[in-house]
Amino acid sequence: MTTATALRTSTMAQALNLALKDEMRADPTVHVLGEDVGALGGVFRITDGLTAEFGEDRCLNTPLAEAGILGTAIGMAMYGLRPVVEMQFDAFAYPAMEQLVSHVAKMRNRTAGRLPLPITIRVPYGGGIGGVEHHSDSSEAYYASTPGLHVVTPATVEDAYGLLRASIASDDPVVFLEPKRLYWGKSEWDPSLAVPPIGKAALKRDGRSAVLITYGPSLPICLDAAEAAKAEGWDLAVLDLRTLVPFDEQTVCEVVRSIGRAVVVHEATGFGGPGAEIAARVTERCFHHLAAPVLRVTGFDIPFPPPMLEHHHLPGVDRILDAVARLQWEDGR
Amino acid sequence: MTVLDHRHPATVPGWLPGATAPRTDPAPLLPDSSPLRVLGTEAQTKTDPALLRELYRRLVVGRRYNQQATTLTKQGRLAVYPASTGQEACEVAAALALRPQDWLFPSYRDTLAVVSRGVDPLEALTLLRGSAHTGYDPKATRTAPLSTPLATQAPHAVGLAHAARLAGDQTVALAMLGDGGTSEGDFHEALNFAAVLNAPVVFLVQNNGYAISVPLTQQSAAPSLAHKAVGYGMPGRLVDGNDAAAMHAVLSEAVERARAGGGPTLIEALTYRIEAHTNADDATRYREEAEVTAWREHDPILLMERHLRPAGVLDDELVREAAEEAEALAARMRAEFHAEPELDPMSLFTHVYAEMTPQLREQSAQLAAELAAEAEVEAR
Repeated sequence: MTTATALRTSTMAQALNLALKDEMRADPTVHVLGEDVGALGGVFRITDGLTAEFGEDRCLNTPLAEAGILGTAIGMAMYGLRPVVEMQFDAFAYPAMEQLVSHVAKMRNRTAGRLPLPITIRVPYGGGIGGVEHHSDSSEAYYASTPGLHVVTPATVEDAYGLLRASIASDDPVVFLEPKRLYWGKSEWDPSLAVPPIGKAALKRDGRSAVLITYGPSLPICLDAAEAAKAEGWDLAVLDLRTLVPFDEQTVCEVVRSIGRAVVVHEATGFGGPGAEIAARVTERCFHHLAAPVLRVTGFDIPFPPPMLEHHHLPGVDRILDAVARLQWEDGR
Repeated sequence: MTVLDHRHPATVPGWLPGATAPRTDPAPLLPDSSPLRVLGTEAQTKTDPALLRELYRRLVVGRRYNQQATTLTKQGRLAVYPASTGQEACEVAAALALRPQDWLFPSYRDTLAVVSRGVDPLEALTLLRGSAHTGYDPKATRTAPLSTPLATQAPHAVGLAHAARLAGDQTVALAMLGDGGTSEGDFHEALNFAAVLNAPVVFLVQNNGYAISVPLTQQSAAPSLAHKAVGYGMPGRLVDGNDAAAMHAVLSEAVERARAGGGPTLIEALTYRIEAHTNADDATRYREEAEVTAWREHDPILLMERHLRPAGVLDDELVREAAEEAEALAARMRAEFHAEPELDPMSLFTHVYAEMTPQLREQSAQLAAELAAEAEVEAR
């Protein structure tokens, strides 16, 4: 993979756009398809300029039908293409669920490895942008509990670039969850840096008191919480999973064992959410290293609320610090 | 006024170019009011006798295949078998209308089309035997896995045909569906995508009258299922699904039209499922025996014998050859399916991802340890 080498300042949206362009330039089998991905560049402009540079055949405006989009992408992949599908919003991806669960996730398995489907399904997800209903879902648990899918979700500009390129290059299907509230955050980054492998968590901040295990839209909030925690005398680590499937159990358990206290933070509902799986795994594997139960700070177990109420639902710094305060400091080490 | 004349007036302000443009494709969209027949008509005399003989041979072999698979199911050698008995003309014509570079997208009832395409029955039937999901190599055989979720294979056919067209390949995709499948959303989306993309794909709907127990009258209020094509802007064709020669003619025309860049076609084949939905179904609960008897009189093999004998196309020698080939296939199926399949429990983990996740490696090791412990107990 070749890219520009200069350090650049851009938003996550621009980094995702560059990743698409770089993959399409590097590999003529990469095709983008979805609703409004052509002249408009997608409702979030992630596909901006693709049709102009690569033509309508490689960046295809499709009819408005998510099962049709994903089903068509499956056939394209069967013929040797590497489709990148855009689902317009998290909750608009649900009509494609049967194609995803029954075919995308299972095709390699159903054909004893003869028909892998290298499809990337980009899904803008999560709340925090004032979206009305059906525009703010955290749907990752559905995907993460479907064997055969990789589930990737970046939280930084450079990870967005690198992980999208890695996802498109993957021979397995990847559900690529883009935290839409982070689309417009700018930072300086180096596109020439190695593309991070799928399935590797990253320690974004080291600390000795407790570790916040998080991903996607909640990473900046956890970093803010860690900063605020200093005033309370807590030195918090922050671990960004980056990939939910495959789950980087090794890194997570190493960090938890060395620190002894952990809080899992995500926007998705708590019951049956990724945090439940992570807490269970960490408890099973690190029990004797834990000074306190693994706690979770998640969205409530409710349908995503109207935008004027979403701040009550979404995990914030105070709720995270409250959880940290409950980590049995007086009883532990 | 026909359906085709009904367009938005071009004078409405604001309509974009294209919205009012007449279709230039010469193929009419509306299906004929009666199904196409070839056998016993003038068209039969214009059909290549060698083709008719080949269709007959495949029909006879196909019928025996269905019988043998049904028997194997009763003997517990297949987990389940949705027979295409009575529908063999659709199945073998589909296989014969495709060229080697074309792709077939079968549903679970279409193993005969897969076998007639040249896939070994042992490989075609692993799904229904219960030994493996897909026993054949889809890429090598250009045959997609049998689709159990209804109509979900139709958009795959569209995508593959679209990709082939982009590559400049002369490849056509044929998606096989049933009458019930036309009610699914994926059917609608596939046909719409196919027409919009002008993809070289053919949709063959075998209307056998019932979706398990639900008759067509409770499935659709359309004048015919072929009429549905009009709404998408593609031709609909209605054909006697038990007339193998008519099936081959309609399918070949649609396949070659698609190959030449003419776009997709929807074909409705009127046929009948002589057997129950599967061996687990009881068809006497929802249909009269008289109906089955009437359709037996319109059996695809009978039809050929009735019309090809007097024409001198079918003779005793071909009848004998076809019967011998059918018996040879049945004997091979009996021998192969009575042997126990070779199963590897560790294969559960090998094809979930290109590389096993750490979690799967752990679970794989767990199963290996369990198997080793079992083997140790058995060895004692």
